[in-house]
Amino acid sequence: MAEAVEDLEIQLLLEALFQRYHYDFRHYARASIKRRLIQARIQLGFSTISSMQDRVLHDPAMLPRLLDYLTVQVSEMFRDPSYFRALREKVLPHLSTYPSLKVWIAGSSTGEEVYSLAILFKEEGLYDRTIFYATDINPEALAAAQAGVYALDRIRKFTENHQKSGGRSSLSDYYTAAYGRAVFDKSLKENVVFSDHSLVTDAVFAEMHLISCRNVMIYFDRPLQDRAIGLFRDSLARKGFLGLGSKESLRFSSHAKGFSEFVGGEKIYQRREA
Amino acid sequence: MTAPSPSRPHTAVVIGASAGAVQALLATLPALPADFSLPILVVVHVPPDRDNALASLLQAKCALTVKEAEDKEPIAAGTIYFAPADYHLLVEAGGTLALSTDEPVNYSRPSIDVLLESAADAYGDGLVGLVLTGANHDGAAGLKAIHDAGGIAIVQDPTDAYAAVMPQAALDACPAATTMNLDAIASYLSSLGSA
Ligand SMILES: C[S@@+](CC[C@H](N)C(=O)[O-])C[C@H]1O[C@@H](n2cnc3c(N)ncnc32)[C@H](O)[C@@H]1O
Repeated sequence: MAEAVEDLEIQLLLEALFQRYHYDFRHYARASIKRRLIQARIQLGFSTISSMQDRVLHDPAMLPRLLDYLTVQVSEMFRDPSYFRALREKVLPHLSTYPSLKVWIAGSSTGEEVYSLAILFKEEGLYDRTIFYATDINPEALAAAQAGVYALDRIRKFTENHQKSGGRSSLSDYYTAAYGRAVFDKSLKENVVFSDHSLVTDAVFAEMHLISCRNVMIYFDRPLQDRAIGLFRDSLARKGFLGLGSKESLRFSSHAKGFSEFVGGEKIYQRREA
Repeated sequence: MTAPSPSRPHTAVVIGASAGAVQALLATLPALPADFSLPILVVVHVPPDRDNALASLLQAKCALTVKEAEDKEPIAAGTIYFAPADYHLLVEAGGTLALSTDEPVNYSRPSIDVLLESAADAYGDGLVGLVLTGANHDGAAGLKAIHDAGGIAIVQDPTDAYAAVMPQAALDACPAATTMNLDAIASYLSSLGSA
């Protein structure tokens, strides 16, 4: 019984967040959202989800704190190195035939994926002709992405991943270490536009050659995944590429026919033309 | 040790194991008959960048279908699902599986607590949860959640376990759990699924 009440409270909170702030988590995978909201309730010191809802409705300052629970900011540079290796070896050779390129990193979190791609494009000589769009719904994550500063103790893993991705340079060429932090080079973000964009409530981006959206759709339910994939299809240029997270796929999507597998094992797809 | 009541209908089995898991699972899952009717969801702590070789190892030895869990996959009876390396495995209320890249819990991803707690929530008193050998505390809170939701909590007898810490921690958190050695677990599980 108490269980059922809590599920109802969560439903109401998500509805309230949508109506009041236009953040729409109503169709996110519920088990994980529930886990994180219960954590928020405990850590933020509320006795019920309803009292947390009361507070966030009346106090906008509460919203970012709640967003930190509702969105999952877990990332890594060159996460799944084989994905980046496949981009390097199979996708970038195609992209190099275009005079100018647009790349969209959707759900870019705190920027690790953005800097990974920027480095990859530099190494392959495509950076200068590329504009990168890095988007997320969490303003604090976007700000962190823009800053490009990471704890130094994470760099070891990043370096290892970069090597495994077939990196042609040393990761240390791209950051300076100071006070326990690695500050990534400004030149990496010269061609990056950071902006607030939701895959749930916002519209298409035009004429992308590559969209990388990793470990975002795993948080969506099926219909929402479908919406996002439709958005990607409409945002891609002819024969553009879409890369997903290693446990995400187009298999169950109604848009599956709109794509062909390009590197199947790495969840890299290509827009199929009718 | 009293065996839990075999009369109530069960809907799923969840298992968590860490150090010594391979041997413990080999001693229990291959014993299940081909017509075993419940889904079995398993979290084993494996290094993040190791692909789940365990599923293929067990597939070779089990009468049931063994596979790596996929995101949004409907849960099928008589199938053994393993959490993929570096992802949490959760159960959704509608009977589908979900994966997540949320922060590690108890330093672990996949975490046993995450699976057990979400399964307790989805299945309530129809769930059977087992915490086997391991050298950390993951699974203790999850087993208690299963018990609190009316499900059946079973712990591998710490003296029977390759690593006693994890089953002991589960027992400390959930003293009402039944302890069994691996042989008893194997025959108990077999008895569950042949309804
Ligand atoms: C787990 S992180 C993935 C980070 C990175 N792509 C990676 O794979 O390492 C998920 C990100 O998706 C963002 N996100 C969640 N819902 C979103 C939505 N509707 N539109 C855009 N981004 C979203 C979150 O804020 C978070 O930054």
